[in-house]
Amino acid sequence: MIILALMGFMAVIGIAMARIRDLFAVVILGGIFSLLGAAVYVILDAVDVGFTEAAVGAGISTVLLLGTLALTTSEEKVTPESRSLVSIVAVIVTGAVLVYGTLDMPRYGDPTAPINHHVAPRYLEKSGDEVGLPNVVTSVLASYRGYDTLGETFVIFTAAVGVLAILGRSRRQPKRKRMKARKG
Amino acid sequence: MIFEFAAGAVIIAMCLVLYRAVKGPTVYDRILAVNTFGTLTVIIIAVHGFLVGRPKFLDLALVYALINFIGTIAISKFVAFSGLGYPSEDEEKGDI
Repeated sequence: MIILALMGFMAVIGIAMARIRDLFAVVILGGIFSLLGAAVYVILDAVDVGFTEAAVGAGISTVLLLGTLALTTSEEKVTPESRSLVSIVAVIVTGAVLVYGTLDMPRYGDPTAPINHHVAPRYLEKSGDEVGLPNVVTSVLASYRGYDTLGETFVIFTAAVGVLAILGRSRRQPKRKRMKARKG
Repeated sequence: MIFEFAAGAVIIAMCLVLYRAVKGPTVYDRILAVNTFGTLTVIIIAVHGFLVGRPKFLDLALVYALINFIGTIAISKFVAFSGLGYPSEDEEKGDI
């Protein structure tokens, strides 16, 4: 019941975001949308996904979009009617294909689903002996999929270094000069 | 029983806040709406935890409140300075 109400709110916000031309309001509605999505994930027991959604969707991407608005304009350019017709057809077709793709999936929480039979029982039974950590999720992340996690860390580190290399230098220069001027 | 009523009340409050966030009309309405909506999300997660008898995720709701606070600060900064970070000319004020 709660989850239906939350998803109804998400639909309302989606429609409102598509119709509002003031981009500042759209960014704020996007933040609310992400918070709702995170709450839905928590209710569906996907706590880690909900956590990521809240941190990335409601936290950092709101900040990044506001930074973009500070550099550009906060008024949307209206596209002509004919082009928006083509886009809505494309969106509806894509959505129908995605919904069709979910029809073959096993029911939510089904014990006979493949995801509950592949390696999960082995992790649950043996990870205590093989890895020795009390938390199964931690031992999967840090040991069974250790190379995967290492690769992800590399990707995030490289992205951070790239962003710092592009943005970090020019902003700092004037301040340092000022500091020198003040000391001297 | 009390948790069902609480959930219903929070959802009605969410409807009202959502109306304010969509309709506006001023920027301050929207800032207040996004802040209040974050609080309501935290409450609904907590109430749902008690409804299904597993209040283990309460600490997660607290982290949501912190993240929502960061978002509110960023939005307020954007409204006040129309930017998120640059060195200011005035030494006394420091960087924005």
